Amino acid sequence: MKLRTLILGLCSTSALAFAAHAESITIATVNNGDMVRMQKLTDDFTKANPDIQLNWVTLEENVLRERVTTDIATKGGQYDVMTIGTYEVPIWAKQSWLLPLDKLGDDYDVKDIIPAIAGGLSVDGKLYAAPFYGESSFVMYRKDLMDKAGLKMPDAPTWDFIKQAADKMTDRANGVNGVCLRGKAGWGENMAFLTAMSNSFGARWFDENWKPQFDQPEWKNTLQFYVDLMKADGPEGASSNGFNENLALFQQGKCGMWIDATVAASFVSDPKNSTVADKVGYALAPDNGLGKRGNWLWAWSLAIPAGTKKADAAEKFVSWATSKHYAELVASKEGWANVPPGTRSSLYANPEYQKAAPFAKMTLDSINAADPTHPTVKPVPYVGVQFVAIPEFQGLGTTVGQLFSAALAGQSSVDDALKQAQDAATAAMTEGGYIK
Amino acid sequence: MARSVTTRHKTIATVAAWIVALLIFFPILYTIITSFKSEQEAIQGFNLIPSGTFESYSEVQAQSGYFKFFLNSVILSVGSTILALLVAIPAAWSMAFSPTKRTKDILMWMLSTKMMPAVAVLFPIYLIFRNLGLLDSRIGLMVMLMLINLPIVVWMLYTYFREIPGEILEAARMDGASLWNEIIYVLTPMAVPGIASTMLLNIILAWNEAFWTIRLTTTDAAPLTAFISSFSSPQGLFWAKLSAASTLAIAPILIMGWFSQKQLVRGLTFGAVK
Repeated sequence: MKLRTLILGLCSTSALAFAAHAESITIATVNNGDMVRMQKLTDDFTKANPDIQLNWVTLEENVLRERVTTDIATKGGQYDVMTIGTYEVPIWAKQSWLLPLDKLGDDYDVKDIIPAIAGGLSVDGKLYAAPFYGESSFVMYRKDLMDKAGLKMPDAPTWDFIKQAADKMTDRANGVNGVCLRGKAGWGENMAFLTAMSNSFGARWFDENWKPQFDQPEWKNTLQFYVDLMKADGPEGASSNGFNENLALFQQGKCGMWIDATVAASFVSDPKNSTVADKVGYALAPDNGLGKRGNWLWAWSLAIPAGTKKADAAEKFVSWATSKHYAELVASKEGWANVPPGTRSSLYANPEYQKAAPFAKMTLDSINAADPTHPTVKPVPYVGVQFVAIPEFQGLGTTVGQLFSAALAGQSSVDDALKQAQDAATAAMTEGGYIK
Repeated sequence: MARSVTTRHKTIATVAAWIVALLIFFPILYTIITSFKSEQEAIQGFNLIPSGTFESYSEVQAQSGYFKFFLNSVILSVGSTILALLVAIPAAWSMAFSPTKRTKDILMWMLSTKMMPAVAVLFPIYLIFRNLGLLDSRIGLMVMLMLINLPIVVWMLYTYFREIPGEILEAARMDGASLWNEIIYVLTPMAVPGIASTMLLNIILAWNEAFWTIRLTTTDAAPLTAFISSFSSPQGLFWAKLSAASTLAIAPILIMGWFSQKQLVRGLTFGAVK
């Protein structure tokens, strides 16, 4: 009895001593399938690193963005690892708010990260965030409706073909809309789509001297085409539709085509949730023959704020979560189709992944077709495909998004929306000191 | 004839009241219904009959432990209410029974602070919390919630106290009661219905507060508002899970409100017909 008490006492003391020694890091993240899966698999990390405890804070994307921005700008020190997007990384790295990731380990293989993604997360050749999953945008279409319309979707369609196909596929009597596109106002909502689309029409937000360009014919062509297309072939109330609304419409068989994030492919092809799972085809985002396609580039990435006191533990975690080993771990537990996509070239060379994810090649081609450092036909002073990587963009992008959403809803004309966008952008650029 | 008109009016009023009540409650009811659907059912348009699965509830519980957030919600709402009453009862007493020329102005000024958008003071408050080491602490958030709701609490108590005849307090003073004895033994027992309804309303307001409770917490002090927020996703449809999380978050306060509705209504309409 005494011996048992002694052993129990020793165990408790050791446990207490261990708990006191363990370092806990707080990770801020978004709620999506890949991130939730990572939380479930962290035993693998804590087994290998018993001295590190993980605390998770999961928040809605906009709230997360606001929270981590507040924290990092005030050096609040609430988080040791932050999930941030391609928009924040170059801005925050230039402000010295992020630590460069140069201790990811010998077997991490940085060169395996898809170059377009790595380019968007690096400043002056240094990687400031490790991609957890990456995405571009492409066309998802109903093969059966395309056949019915007597058309064949090319691998790399033009906008004219999209318009022609949408006109033929639209069947209002049966609730089928030829095309579903984002219309909900927001810099990450309709403006992500429209900015990427405008690149393929030869438009740009600013010229080399930061002068806003909404008064140029390229923007007029973009917005007019978009509004006309949606009026003729889009769903009712499209100005309120974002990713989730269009996903629901497509899954219910109410869209002939949907141009949106490549990550949606796994949702629309999932027979558990999609009524059209076996009828979906994929193609690159459309172009106009000007050398740029209307697809974007985004990566949810893990970064370490400069204010953390646990940089080593945080970098160990970032290295684990974005490693090849993690991809293999997910594949072994949940199958290759569930491995976070769009970050490593080796994943797309893997025959098992190619077999499990029929959209793999088109996803990689779409990512490779985006160049965040040269996003437009004409030269620009900024980086970012579907955004402009300056701090003023969030506010300005949302204002312009509201104007364009109003044009789609028929509350204003295309010309009025563009004129107001030009005025708003000029005011924001003047206030920011970019132009006089 | 007159009686039948009255009966008809009563019937119409009852039906109208039921329709309005149903309209107000319908979003909550539909959230509860959706929580018992599968994700696929949830996105397939309007449907009032769920398949009755508990899948979303078990997934929500597995993904982020409900009880930690629930406990924080209880501590924060009850704690902030007690703090608010401790400050507001003496404040309302002085304004009701010992008013000055500026009492009305002070009351209006207090109320005007509720009109300021919270986001305008986010950075200063965040910096104060950071410097005092109060970020992600229950005590810090309790004080914050107390300050947010204090104007309403003072206003409500002031209204109730004004209904109590000043002569009773004078009589207590004549009998030699000190100021604190007067407040604790005479005023407070007489104002119990008012204090109770103020307390209930403050608990509801604190429970539902989402701006500060999400922005000033991370893990240790996060209440149910942060719990719901963690299930909202811009990419991916998790409506059934989001509905289950929302139902779990609102259920306790809904039940409390249901059982105390008489007290709440009585308190809120106290003095309204004077």
